[in-house]
Amino acid sequence: MEKRQRPLSPHLQIYRPQLTSVLSITHRGTGIALVAGTLVLVYWLIAAASGAEAYASAQSLLGSWLGRTLLLAFSFSLFFHLCNGIRHLFWDVGLGFELKTTYASGMAVVIVSVAMTLAAWGLAYFMRAGA
Amino acid sequence: MKFRAPLARARGLGSAKSGTHHWWMQRLTAVALVPLSLWFVASLIALATADHATVVEWLASPTAAILGCALIVAVFYHGQLGLQVVLEDYVHAEGLKLASIVLTKLVSLLLAAACLFAVLKIAFAS
Repeated sequence: MEKRQRPLSPHLQIYRPQLTSVLSITHRGTGIALVAGTLVLVYWLIAAASGAEAYASAQSLLGSWLGRTLLLAFSFSLFFHLCNGIRHLFWDVGLGFELKTTYASGMAVVIVSVAMTLAAWGLAYFMRAGA
Repeated sequence: MKFRAPLARARGLGSAKSGTHHWWMQRLTAVALVPLSLWFVASLIALATADHATVVEWLASPTAAILGCALIVAVFYHGQLGLQVVLEDYVHAEGLKLASIVLTKLVSLLLAAACLFAVLKIAFAS
């Protein structure tokens, strides 16, 4: 039997990106990035368990420019996924579905996750300067 | 129109026989990860420039070791559930889909075990 050619919905490229759809795919993207980042967690913990020498080399690797860039991306991914995840939990209990609320909570997620990233790094550098 | 008998509705686990288990565990681990990840990030900020002895001392404390183990279990459970959904969405070849999901779950288990071992080694050795 020949497969019937059913109408297709427009492809993704047809739609203009909106805040809601961009945040939706970013949630998925940051989730995948965080899974990749767990490899760093494994490396860091095993280094700490292996002794002072292994830990020192892990620290110097993570403290390098490449390491810091990865940690910056990782921390933003974490804060974004955390904030947007809380937004998802509100939806799960049936709250915040109005279009206006969805956009407001989306903007809040962007602002708060960027602010949390800046605050975390600012605090880390501030404490290093104080130590 | 109702097509299902009351008993089927009550049991209601669907064709995969797992019902809402995946969805529920994803939310449960998400709720657990809100405080756990905030605690972990705050600890890492405080430990950013700490030497090995300080990190070991911190991780060997009962609070850090217990919360750390809880974090590890929740992180790898949550991550593995999320990757499963991504693979189910984008991998269309049935065999490859099953193989990649099985691989994801087994590797997650292995990595979680490695992390737990590291934390427990530090906690019990010092």
